[in-house]
Amino acid sequence: MKLAYWMYAGPAHIGTLRVASSFKNVHAIMHAPLGDDYFNVMRSMLERERDFTPVTASIVDRHVLARGSQEKVVDNITRKDKEERPDLIVLTPTCTSSILQEDLQNFVDRASITSNSDVILADVNHYRVNELQAADRTLEQVVRYYLEKARKQGTLDQSITKEPSANIIGIFTLGFHNQHDCRELKRLLQDLNIKVNKIIPEGGSVKDIQNLPKAWFNLVPYREVGLMTAIYLEKNFGMPYISTTPMGIVDTAECIRQIQKNVNSLISNKNKIFNYESYIDQQTRFISQAAWFSRSIDCQNLTGKKAVVFGDATHAASMTKILAREMGIRVSCTGTYCKHDAEWFKEQVQGFCDEILITDDHTEVGDMIARIEPSAIFGTQMERHIGKRLDIPCGVISSPVHIQNFPLGYRPFLGYEGTNQIADLVYNSFTLGMEDHLLEIFGGHDTKEVITKSLSTDTDLTWNYESQLELNKIPGFVRGKIKRNTEKFARQNNVTNITVEIMYAAKEALSA
Amino acid sequence: MSNKISETLTFECETGNYHTFCPISCVAWLYQKIEDSFFLVVGTKTCGYFLQNALGVMIFAEPRYAMAELEEGDISAQLNDYEELKRLCLQIKKDRNPSVIIWIGTCTTEIIKMDLEGMAPKLENEINIPIVVARANGLDYAFTQGEDTVLAAMAHRCPEQTMLIEKKKIIQDSNIQEFFSFLSLEKKEETTNKQFLKLKKNAPLVLFGSLPSTVASQLSSELKRQSIQVSGWLPAQRYTDLPSLGDQVYVCGVNPFLSRTATTLMRRRKCKLIGAPFPIGPDGTRAWIEKICSVFGIQTEGLEKREEKIWENLKDYLDLVRGKSVFFMGDNLLEISLARFLIRCGMIVYEIGIPYLDKRYQAAELLFLQNTCKKMCIPMPRIVEKPDNYNQIQRMRELQPDLAITGMAHANPLEARGINTKWSVEFTFAQIHGFTNARDILELVTRPLRRNNNLENLGWNSLTKKEKSKF
Repeated sequence: MKLAYWMYAGPAHIGTLRVASSFKNVHAIMHAPLGDDYFNVMRSMLERERDFTPVTASIVDRHVLARGSQEKVVDNITRKDKEERPDLIVLTPTCTSSILQEDLQNFVDRASITSNSDVILADVNHYRVNELQAADRTLEQVVRYYLEKARKQGTLDQSITKEPSANIIGIFTLGFHNQHDCRELKRLLQDLNIKVNKIIPEGGSVKDIQNLPKAWFNLVPYREVGLMTAIYLEKNFGMPYISTTPMGIVDTAECIRQIQKNVNSLISNKNKIFNYESYIDQQTRFISQAAWFSRSIDCQNLTGKKAVVFGDATHAASMTKILAREMGIRVSCTGTYCKHDAEWFKEQVQGFCDEILITDDHTEVGDMIARIEPSAIFGTQMERHIGKRLDIPCGVISSPVHIQNFPLGYRPFLGYEGTNQIADLVYNSFTLGMEDHLLEIFGGHDTKEVITKSLSTDTDLTWNYESQLELNKIPGFVRGKIKRNTEKFARQNNVTNITVEIMYAAKEALSA
Repeated sequence: MSNKISETLTFECETGNYHTFCPISCVAWLYQKIEDSFFLVVGTKTCGYFLQNALGVMIFAEPRYAMAELEEGDISAQLNDYEELKRLCLQIKKDRNPSVIIWIGTCTTEIIKMDLEGMAPKLENEINIPIVVARANGLDYAFTQGEDTVLAAMAHRCPEQTMLIEKKKIIQDSNIQEFFSFLSLEKKEETTNKQFLKLKKNAPLVLFGSLPSTVASQLSSELKRQSIQVSGWLPAQRYTDLPSLGDQVYVCGVNPFLSRTATTLMRRRKCKLIGAPFPIGPDGTRAWIEKICSVFGIQTEGLEKREEKIWENLKDYLDLVRGKSVFFMGDNLLEISLARFLIRCGMIVYEIGIPYLDKRYQAAELLFLQNTCKKMCIPMPRIVEKPDNYNQIQRMRELQPDLAITGMAHANPLEARGINTKWSVEFTFAQIHGFTNARDILELVTRPLRRNNNLENLGWNSLTKKEKSKF
């Protein structure tokens, strides 16, 4: 048992549901007790999704405990098949159902006989993998299922497209700025004269999965999700993949150079060889403002300032490199909660930071930040709150996130526009910190206490002890208003002694 | 599916495929209510992730609750439950020193049959902090019923009332004085004696249900106007202030989801239950007070006028809701009372979805609902227990209600299809009890209507693509 207040990565089934509900026309059925379907709430709230989240539960209740699910799961699958006509139904086990040890595979086999949809059982172990690992696995499982199906049916066409093309793998729902990143990657590939073959899972159809091998290569922008799929495709179809995250100027260039290498190795007509160097140069120096920004006086002021970075492996590693390599900021500590990927992370940030912290315990991160006292933090929502408590500004660079990290405006983290966004984020975090510091030195914006703002300076009214207590129970931000309204009411009714009753009466009368 | 609205109160039961919060969410409001408590949820990452996401920012305020996160070793019994819980509870004692630790049992502890009730008394003796066990799991309960399981467990910890009666004679004076100072009468000196004589008559009355302290004192003072003294609340502001119970004590619920607590109070603590409608809305509040008064043989004073006054104050909102239709998808058990209030406001209720309906505990409320329908000449709504959200959405498509009261999972998709929605969970967190807060309920109900009045002329009410929308 572990005493836990907060966690960075969610339980496994969340990862499976995120992948399943990112595909078009795929329905997930959770084998779960009542109340475990809060994934729908998250998606509906955070992504502000207009459509009903294609996730339902086959409820585990007392009867299921006593007698087993029996027909229930199969019935629910066939019912969903009739109602929604999905291409694929993913039966998703939860922590509860994995202890019950029912033979879910058997249900899946039975249901797939009667239903028109394909039915699979998500292959995740709740007590061994977290949300991100499960998402990675589920994506691979779905891709493999459809490629093997196509191979069996003989519909698999392995020839590659005439023009260079790429698959983007790992964009999915509730991912940190995934939608914006996807648009930026599409634009980048378009600039490089590379067609986008398929994007999975977001918005993809499972029927199109058999066309994945048509692309020349796979682009896996995030370390956490998509790598297993890319490796599977490389092994079975000889498709090369690029897993360098195009985040920051240096890594974006590196990613483009790898694309160049891969494309050129497959090109048949050697006269049409691609060379992206001039594009990289043009973008770096003039389209992206980040390179110039690093040279500007503004950025000079950031030299040697201490920062702490924490987040998922992809974003934390990229951010560390950007801060240290591209902006000259001293990264005192960098870390990730992706414990399963610790080796890769350490290798990436080697030489770019003073120390490395691998943990999924937010109190450890908090203690580290308190000890280092950096000028700015780049982390998740948790670090933002730690920063608030310690009065250190924080830029959010990674999930877990809140609704404000699903902005409506265009905010990619990847590609050349991403470098601009990151530069703003970094600069704004630090200047806020600086301004704050100056304010403290000079004693704040306004050192005079405002005393005549409210109506309640007259002395003809007295609040008795109980009503004062009652007033103090009211949340601060409305207390002033309540006080004013009550006093107004008291004056109107010629009452001088304000009691709790008067307060309530005032609320009723004035509808405060 | 028939969409005809019947003339009598009909009860149906569907498949139970509906969205609601897990009952462990009661931790969120109970830890704030009971100031000296610590809630330990014994469960998995799934439970933790739910609390973290459902309660949003509250998690960052160093809450007095935590997960005892079960790991693989706990599930396969390689680790000793007792030792593990002891270790965690000692740490909690060291860090927070609460007056009580409440263990919340979850689905997982049910399935692996962890004997929390058996371990608690042993551990309690060993570490010297009371440990209360509540099984608020998703296998058996929905959302607000979590509070019911906690309060039912707490009812066992309330002191026995007989002791108090013996001591009463000695401490009566000072006790009642104190009580008055807490309630702060308007003209304290003059009325004390008069009130005192009256109050002596009424037998101890304990109200159960967790309410914000302001609302609790509003209801107490409402009863005091009728010369009824409330001798305690379950739960009190502090665990150490739990009210005393016994066979002389009358109890009355303030929330419709407290049937287990009511049963426990009657059967185990021998209290006398006052079955009344719930004090939600001015009509409900008046009926609630009248019922309590009738039990104590007291003639109510000025209650009618008071209710009228409140209704007058609501006039602007009533104009907005009159004739509009509502559909309750059902997820928090407040539905019957809210529907009854909205019908009295002049709305038409098509369907009342509700997770669980205890017809005995809610008897007075159901009767009141029926009478209200007759009085307002509005057809009786159908009551659907354990609703099926998919079917409900089909019904809604045909009925096109003016307002759907629903969970967050459906709210945005429904709005995108041009149906006004109100998020049902807000009713559990807002102050909705008593005369004073009637306006707050309508504030919530009318918010989508008012918002959409502002946006109406823009012409983009339905915001889904045709081919995708299955609605």
